[in-house]
Amino acid sequence: MNADINEMPMSTPPARRLRWWMVLAFAGVLVLLTLVALQMRHNGPLAAAQVGAGEAAPTFTLQTFDGQTVNLASLHGKVVLVNFWASWCIPCSQEAPDLENAWRQYNDKNVVFVGVDYVDTDTEARKYLQQYDITYLNGADLGTRISQAYRIRGVPETYVVDKSGTLRASFIGPTTLDQIRATVDPLLSN
Amino acid sequence: MSLVALATQAASAQGGTPPAPRVVTDDDVNRVAHQLYCPVCENIPLDVCPTQACIQWRATIHDKLAAGWTDQQILDYFSAQYGERVLARPTTHGINVLVWVIPPLLLLAGAVVLWRVLRQMRPPAAATQASKAGPASPQGPASGSDEYSDRLEQELRKRI
Repeated sequence: MNADINEMPMSTPPARRLRWWMVLAFAGVLVLLTLVALQMRHNGPLAAAQVGAGEAAPTFTLQTFDGQTVNLASLHGKVVLVNFWASWCIPCSQEAPDLENAWRQYNDKNVVFVGVDYVDTDTEARKYLQQYDITYLNGADLGTRISQAYRIRGVPETYVVDKSGTLRASFIGPTTLDQIRATVDPLLSN
Repeated sequence: MSLVALATQAASAQGGTPPAPRVVTDDDVNRVAHQLYCPVCENIPLDVCPTQACIQWRATIHDKLAAGWTDQQILDYFSAQYGERVLARPTTHGINVLVWVIPPLLLLAGAVVLWRVLRQMRPPAAATQASKAGPASPQGPASGSDEYSDRLEQELRKRI
């Protein structure tokens, strides 16, 4: 009997065929992942974590509150201090007097200060500038393009760019007059 | 529409009479704010966010509504000013299209897979009836397996 059973033809499992919908689904997932990766590379975690010292400072164009247009690329040959701030930000108001004080010391020394107002309302931003008597260039970060280019994590943040357009220092959180002088003075003497 | 209303509209269109200031309630502000997200906090709608930034944004919405702006005009303004990421409802261009296209496609794909799986599943009762009904065709996909089981059962019955 055992021999009879052994002689019975054994059924074989059907071969797994690659079906068109499997290929389509796989291709779809692949396309989706590529798109997401490209987006993340452009503007997300795959991009450089933060703009660091020694790297070329991202260029930008800023429309100031008084109607001027500032282009970082056109400021080559000058030391540029870029400060990200907002009127709703308490630490920003702590550093505001020091920044203005520093600006008044440097404004005739080949140094440019640029304030970038981050996700703020026009009315409150102007009130803030008036309250702290801020006289250097300031404008709104339209579409948050500049803050995205610098990959800021919050406000205030300050970046110092040397005469060749290279980023030399960054300060996360409120900065002080002493910090600014210690960073800008050596760049001016170079 | 009454003649008076038409006349008023015509005067406004010609710039003759500025529109009267609109009374804006908190509900009006929140209706627009609910369609925006806080720029500072993660995933918090503007209408419920307690941060100073959001208080200022709601004040801006109030001012714009009072000035006669429509909800859409205000949303467009915020999008242009602060980027599309502040919108609660993603736009339908660029990579945002994926947000609208992928979920229905996945649902559809899931439904197709489910339908195929259900179609391939044969209830055990139906399979037994089919085997009892007569000899299975040698060309049938499961014919070898059924024959083998039937034979096995017959042999077992003989021994019991």
